[in-house]
Amino acid sequence: MIRQSSQWQSRDPAALPRALITLLLIALLWPGLQLAEFRPQVLFNSQNLDTMGRFLAGFWPPALDADFLRLLGKATLETLAMATAGMTLALLLAIPAALLATRALSVSRLLSDRAGVLGQFLRYPVRLLLMVLRSIPEIVWALLFVRAVGLGPTAGVLAIAITYSGMLGKVYAEILESVDPAPARALLLAGSSRLSVFFYGLLPNAAQELTSYTLYRWECAVRASVVMGFVGAGGLGQMIDLSLRMFAGGEVASILMTFLLLVLLADQISLQLRRRLA
Amino acid sequence: MKRAGGNLFILCLLLVAIAASFIWLQLDLSALLTADGRRQMHDYAAAFFPPDTSPAWLLKLWRGALETLAISAIGTLLAALFGALLSLLAAGRMGAAARVVCRLLLNALRSVPELVWAALMVLAAGLGPFAGTLALALHTTGVLGRLFAEALENTPSAPAQALREAGSGRVAAFVYGTLPGVLPQWLSYTLYRWENNIRMAAVLGFVGAGGLGQMLHVTLSLFQQSKAASVILAMLAMVLLVDALSGWIRARLG
Repeated sequence: MIRQSSQWQSRDPAALPRALITLLLIALLWPGLQLAEFRPQVLFNSQNLDTMGRFLAGFWPPALDADFLRLLGKATLETLAMATAGMTLALLLAIPAALLATRALSVSRLLSDRAGVLGQFLRYPVRLLLMVLRSIPEIVWALLFVRAVGLGPTAGVLAIAITYSGMLGKVYAEILESVDPAPARALLLAGSSRLSVFFYGLLPNAAQELTSYTLYRWECAVRASVVMGFVGAGGLGQMIDLSLRMFAGGEVASILMTFLLLVLLADQISLQLRRRLA
Repeated sequence: MKRAGGNLFILCLLLVAIAASFIWLQLDLSALLTADGRRQMHDYAAAFFPPDTSPAWLLKLWRGALETLAISAIGTLLAALFGALLSLLAAGRMGAAARVVCRLLLNALRSVPELVWAALMVLAAGLGPFAGTLALALHTTGVLGRLFAEALENTPSAPAQALREAGSGRVAAFVYGTLPGVLPQWLSYTLYRWENNIRMAAVLGFVGAGGLGQMLHVTLSLFQQSKAASVILAMLAMVLLVDALSGWIRARLG
C-alpha cells in the first residue's frame, strides 16, 4: 500500500494538492448548481425535445417571402439608425462631460503635480455621474424608457445615448490625459481659455484616437441596438422576439442571418474608416 | 490635398447618415420637452423613490443576486470545459477537417448574442435560471474556444514532443507537456469572461432566464417602481463590486 502510494506520488508529486483543490472547488460550486437549477435532464424530456425539434425543423427553409423581407429590411435600417442616432446624442453629452472631467485642462496642475482641491471637488461629481450612466446596462435603460416613452425605437435611442455617453465621456477624458501635455500647458500658461486650449493644444494630438474609439463604440452600439428590441425598443430584436413567440422558425433563421450580416457590415465599415485614419 | 478632399467627402457622408437616421426614426424628442411630457417623466421618475428596503424584499434581492452569481459561475465553468475540448479540435490537433468544422461552430456560437441564446434556451429548457446558464455557456464556449485555441497554437511544442519521444502516451504528453504552459492563460481568459458574464447574467432575466433581471422585469411590469429601484441599485452595486474586485486582483497579479 505504502509502496503503491509512493509510486503514485513519484509519478506526479503535485497529485494530492491538485485533487484537494478540485474537491474544494466542487464543494464550493455545489450550492451554485442548486441555485442555477442545474438540471440537464429537462433538456431531454420528451415534451421539450418535441417542442424544440419542431421549432428547429422550421428553421429550414428561411422565410423569404416579399412581405417579410420588406419588414426585415425596414427593421435592419431601423437598427442601424438607432445606433447612429444614439451615438450622436451620446456625443452631445459625452464631449462636454469629458472636458469637465479631464485633468488635462486643469490650471492648478501647472504649478504643482497635484490638482487643486477645488478642481477635484468639481470634477468628481462629473466622473461619478459618468460612472453611474455607464454601469447600468443599456438594456436596463431601454426597459425603463420603454415604460416612459412607449414601445418603439425612441426608447432604444435614449438608452444608447445614456449608456454610451457614460463610456465615451470617461474614455475621452482618459485619452485627453494621455496625449503629450506640453502644448496644452504652454497655451494655458500663456493665458488662453480652456476651450481654445482643448482645440489647439489637445485635439490635434488626440483626434485620431478619439475618432477611432468612437467608431469602435458605434460598432458596439449596432450590436446593442439589435438586442435592445427584446424589451420592446424596436429594430431587429423586436422581430426576433415576436417570431420566437410565434414559433416561426423560418423567420427566426432569416432574422438571425440578417443580424450576422449586419454585424459583419458594421465591423467592415468601422475597420475601413479606422484604417483610413491611421 | 486629394486626401483632404476625400476626408471632407467622408465627413459629409457621415453627416448625411446621421441626419437620415433621425429622419428615418421620426424621433420626436420635442415631445419629451413639452410641459406635459416633462411632468409625465417627472412623475415616472419620482415613483422610483424611495427604493423599497423592507427586509423581506432585501432577502429576495439577496437570493436574486446569489442566483445571478450562480448562473454566471456555472455558465462560465461549462463554457471553459467545452471550450477546452473544442479548442483541441480548433487548434488542429485532430486533423484539418475537424479544425475547419470546429472553427465554424465556434464562430456561430460566438456571433449569436447571449440574450438571443437565452430566448432560445427558454424554449428548450423552460423559464428559470437554467436557461440563462445554458445561454451563457453557449455564447462563452464560442469565445473561450477561440481564445483557448490561439493559446494552444502559440505555446511551444518542445516539452510535449520531448515527452512523446521519451515514450509517454499522447494524453500524458498533453497533460504534462502542453497543459502547464497554457493553463495560466486559459485561467485568466476564463476569469475575464466570468467578470463579463456576471454583468450579462444580471440582464438575461429580461427574457425569463432567472436572476436579478427577471425580478426587474416583473416588478416593472407590475408598476412596482420602488421595488424596481432597489433591484437596479442591487445590480449597480454588483457591477461596481465586480469591477473593483477584478481591478484589485489585476493590480496584484500584474
